[in-house]
Amino acid sequence: MAYSEKVMEHYTNPRNVGTLDKNSKSVGTGLVGAPECGDVMRLQIEVDENNVITDAKFKTFGCGSAIASSSLATEWLKGKTVDEAMTIDNMDIVEELALPPVKIHCSVLAEDAIKSAINDYRVKNGMAPIELAKSHH
Amino acid sequence: MELPIYLDNNATTPLDPRVLEVMLPYLTSKFGNAASRNHAFGWVAEEGVDYAREQAAKLIGCADKEIIFTSGATEADNLGIKGVFEMYHEKGNHIITATTEHKAVLDTCKHLEKLGARVTYLKVKEDGLIDLAELEAAMTEQTILVTIMYGNNEIGVVQPIKEISAIAHKYGALFMTDATQAVGKIPVDVNADGIDLMAFSAHKMYGPKGVGVLYVRRKNPRVKVTAQMDGGGHERGMRSGTLNVPGIVGLGKACELCRLEMDEEAKRLSALRNKLESALGEMEESYVNGNTEHRLPHVSNISFKYVEGEGLMMAMKDLAVSSGSACTSASLEPSYVLKSLGLSDDLAHSSIRFGLGRFTTEEEIDYAIENTKKAVDHLRNLSPLWEMFKEGIDLSKIEWAEH
Repeated sequence: MAYSEKVMEHYTNPRNVGTLDKNSKSVGTGLVGAPECGDVMRLQIEVDENNVITDAKFKTFGCGSAIASSSLATEWLKGKTVDEAMTIDNMDIVEELALPPVKIHCSVLAEDAIKSAINDYRVKNGMAPIELAKSHH
Repeated sequence: MELPIYLDNNATTPLDPRVLEVMLPYLTSKFGNAASRNHAFGWVAEEGVDYAREQAAKLIGCADKEIIFTSGATEADNLGIKGVFEMYHEKGNHIITATTEHKAVLDTCKHLEKLGARVTYLKVKEDGLIDLAELEAAMTEQTILVTIMYGNNEIGVVQPIKEISAIAHKYGALFMTDATQAVGKIPVDVNADGIDLMAFSAHKMYGPKGVGVLYVRRKNPRVKVTAQMDGGGHERGMRSGTLNVPGIVGLGKACELCRLEMDEEAKRLSALRNKLESALGEMEESYVNGNTEHRLPHVSNISFKYVEGEGLMMAMKDLAVSSGSACTSASLEPSYVLKSLGLSDDLAHSSIRFGLGRFTTEEEIDYAIENTKKAVDHLRNLSPLWEMFKEGIDLSKIEWAEH
């Protein structure tokens, strides 16, 4: 299977690879997937007092599409408010990266990672976690 | 050195120019139908086929008449297994095979189960070899066929064929082997090995695609298979269909070249393979899959823990290799062969198969070593699992979310 140019580009030059301090109150961490399934994403956000995501980092174990999906997600997250970040849909990622049907699960995982990071941040800061729809799994 | 480098010779091999050369006339002036008995065009084609049959027979130590040409190893596997089941159904309905066989064998057996066959799928040991005691314990009076591959296509392990055939024969069963990866690479002698039926293919040994062989023993015992293709009664009635003359001529030449060059080639390839393997084995958390003593000279299957195979192959973009990762298949399940060895799913996802061949050079192997090391490092820098491993976190203790 040939990869789209955008997948190749993110894969070759992944944005925002790294680690934020998961113990910091302003950092939310999402760890989703499982090694047995062949993909694990860790996505972290740093949120300022105005509820704006000032930094985002990722590390991903997975295929090129999974790496590209998480790289793109971090790029989109920076500068968004947490509420705006909640609206990022996996199909936006599919469209942007031109993922084929067999790779849609990579985008789903990226969306899950975003939401899971936001919830981690919310819980740390005394807010209730947002109920996540699991229907697309 | 030209890029990309082809290291997927277990999938297919390039056509040797010497093979192409002998095929060309049969695609142009010598176009006759080998079954045309009444004119020179037919005779010329038949002569080409006869000579190829001799060349193939010589490679595996059998008689010319025991070679049945097919469209490839998949057809030969189908013909051998289904043909034996149909021919010998009055004697019994039990077939024994192994879980690490090629799909051409496994799915044929599954098909026969629907038609009343009872099939035992032997598990393999951690090194990929079958347990001979388990085989013997599985034999019954109803067992008509034991079919175990010679060399495995993913990990290259070579089964103890002589011992397996002896057990099959002790209980009155026939022994068949899918030797697609072994013929032309290591010495295979149907008499010394006690083989009754054997499938192999030209395109795995520098011949053309679309042509293969089913060897069917004619003496001690005389083996018969029921034809699976009805028609003009070609190939002693076992496989109808106009012969693929240029393909067969190419297969013959490919067999001859393998026979003449095998000894030196196997030495050269195993030296290169060992160089690659020891260099990559120096990397942290890399594991060679399968038995390293009893195996084909040209293949190495290595798992690089904490990186995913397909992602890794993307980083090894100048190398054509293959992976047991789920992402390379439609099923999303990692390699069933690696799982049969008891490899955990995550190690199966992390595997790369390097398949060397006749045209692989040392310069290419040196490049492959550097390229692979860089790719593994790149991917590990991106891997949360690698980071956790380095922090001393036990990954098996984490509750991973199913997805």
